Amino acid sequence: MKRRTFLGLLGAGGAACVLGQSAHAAGPKEFPGYPGSFGVLFDATRCIGCRRCEAGCNQVNGLPAPPEPFDDLSVLDRKRRTNAKTYTIVNRYDNIPGAGGPVFRKNQCQHCLEPACASSCFVRAFTKTPQGAVTWDGSVCVGCRYCMIACPFDIPTFEYWEPLTPRIMKCTMCWPQITTGKLTVPGCVGACPVEALVYGKRSDLLKIARGRMAAFPGRYLDHIYGEREMGGTNWLYISGVPFKDIGLREDLGTTAAPQLTSGALATVPIIATAWPALLVGIYAIHRRMDKISHEEQVQAVTRAVAQAQEEAAAKLAKAKADAEADKKAAIAREVKKALEEAAKAQTEEDK
Amino acid sequence: MSTDTQKSWLTPFNVIVGVILLVGGFITILRFTKGLAGVTNLTDNNPWGIWISFDLLCGVALAAGGFTTSAACYIFGLKRFHSAVRPAILTAFLGYSLVVFALHYDVGRPWRLPYPFFVQSGTTSVLFEVGLCVFLYLITLFVEWVPSALEWLGFKKPRNVIIRMTLALTIFGVVLSTMHQSSLGALYLIAPSKLHPLWYSMFLPLFFFVSAIAAGLSMVIFEGTLSHHYLHDKMDKVYLSEHEGVTFGFAKGAAVVLVVYFFIKIVGITLDNNWQYLFTGYGAWFLFELLGFVALPAFLYALAVREHNATLVRWAAVLTVLGIILNRFNVSLVAFNWQLPPAERYFPSWMEIAVSVFIVTVGLLVFRFIATRMPIFYEHPAFKEHVPHEGEEEEAPEFVEHELKPHPQTLGH
Repeated sequence: MKRRTFLGLLGAGGAACVLGQSAHAAGPKEFPGYPGSFGVLFDATRCIGCRRCEAGCNQVNGLPAPPEPFDDLSVLDRKRRTNAKTYTIVNRYDNIPGAGGPVFRKNQCQHCLEPACASSCFVRAFTKTPQGAVTWDGSVCVGCRYCMIACPFDIPTFEYWEPLTPRIMKCTMCWPQITTGKLTVPGCVGACPVEALVYGKRSDLLKIARGRMAAFPGRYLDHIYGEREMGGTNWLYISGVPFKDIGLREDLGTTAAPQLTSGALATVPIIATAWPALLVGIYAIHRRMDKISHEEQVQAVTRAVAQAQEEAAAKLAKAKADAEADKKAAIAREVKKALEEAAKAQTEEDK
Repeated sequence: MSTDTQKSWLTPFNVIVGVILLVGGFITILRFTKGLAGVTNLTDNNPWGIWISFDLLCGVALAAGGFTTSAACYIFGLKRFHSAVRPAILTAFLGYSLVVFALHYDVGRPWRLPYPFFVQSGTTSVLFEVGLCVFLYLITLFVEWVPSALEWLGFKKPRNVIIRMTLALTIFGVVLSTMHQSSLGALYLIAPSKLHPLWYSMFLPLFFFVSAIAAGLSMVIFEGTLSHHYLHDKMDKVYLSEHEGVTFGFAKGAAVVLVVYFFIKIVGITLDNNWQYLFTGYGAWFLFELLGFVALPAFLYALAVREHNATLVRWAAVLTVLGIILNRFNVSLVAFNWQLPPAERYFPSWMEIAVSVFIVTVGLLVFRFIATRMPIFYEHPAFKEHVPHEGEEEEAPEFVEHELKPHPQTLGH
């Protein structure tokens, strides 16, 4: 729980610098794994492909019996993967240049330090335990299968045949059995007859791996698979042949899965805060522009009306003045006429 | 009456729809008795099939018309698109409802779909963000759509309350859409080792968001064309008079968005320096998508606007919609798990396809049921906001009649 919170904070913290940066770029913070967490070291130079680990796993986890018994080695003729009834499988890899014979490799959950499945689960059904195991809680799982999309190692499997209660099935590194004291080492490790598997603290396993490399020069490639892949895993591999030849991808990079999506998730709060302001701003600008254009319209109309009125008033005044002048002239004319007539009458009277 | 109904019942449309519904019902029973294995080709290597690619990814992208149209009208002030808002909101609301409906088939325990919000939240998951935004946006779309129903039922007061919230709802819708449209692309950011480099990019969220806008605009044009064909008698003069403006306005917008989309895709290739992949088989497929379904419709849209050719706009819209579907299929299926040997790749079973067809059919039926009854393509006479344009007459009374008269083709009536 705390770890998830931490991952969330990590995502949010990386937010500021992620926009416009490569999603692959590692953030300034790094999670080196829980100190003292346990893991398993697999040595491909020791594995003989006997499938005892498969049988051991099947037994301690109470998984259904497979169609072919575990001592039937013909199943190694085809490439297999884990499924909802099998937490671990061993594959045989033939014709590897320089190997001088077949090489076997066991596959199961790698128990990443920062698991893609846990980071991608929208109900937090996965837990990275401080002891190293990645476990799954069936009480909240919705069955969306995004963990299966996210896992770079194709590990989580699904009970497709279950109509209503399908579970995600995967290796637990026998965490339930070990924490309850039923086992001291995982079922597969206990069943291995050639010590191709070693269970221990991850830090110790890294030392053991380097020790073997030093003790047997030329036997191993100088690479511990899982030390840095996808940010590091609790399951580690050493081999004498390239890992890509025994089904382990070498192109996964060293970026932990949560970092791949932290940048995109970081934009969420940014959008949530910036978008409403931006959108209201755009809306307000339009309102304002509408208002201004309306005001301008009103002003233009007012001006036009005022001008027209002025012109009309001037015209009227002129007409009035003209009329007044006319009137005055007419009066003057009439007065003059009357005076003239009066004068004329006077003259006639005088006569 | 009875002979009349008998006749109308046996139309080819009803027969086809009936068969689809029957088959859909049958597969639904199979899904919930035999599990996903009984009806799908999903495997542990291919956990997501077409119910995610089509029903979820395409469904959400093609329902983007809701937020683009309402944003254009209410936020960007393009008021002449007003009559296009209601059909777009209805399409979006139904689209999102069907997305959620379809998820009930796909997830293992559908009744737990609310768990991420109410029981235990995985906030580091992109899927959590998608789920939360889709959940909230579905509610938003419902509230945006509900005035149509309230007008139909004659509830004036609650209708007016919601109408007053239009701007807030629109902004909420745009914010949520920005987030989850892009987050659908961000879902695949966690799997760089499984998605082909030509489709994987840190810009996947941006690609999904921008292309969703083009999809939304094109779907409004496309849906308008279909509605014109089948629901013409439900449209009022305002809708019909604005329709051409909407068609060409949206075409212009889509052309610009597609051009932007084209160039940011190029930017994506350039930044990751993935040019060498263009000369592979996947490269040819990528170019087919980018040139045939992004560049070509962009050009056709631009040409159609210039020539004022509405038919060409519609063809460009169809091409864009197909292009979005192709893109979502490419990201989630074709280019996903590209490194697996052919025998381990996924191809949908006929039953998966049938369920998707079934869901689209249900959507069409509900759309028609609502559009033939509620004020979608016309303004309810009692709730008119539009001042009729000059020279236009009030045409309200004739629609009262439509409202009460069931559409002859409506199934079940």
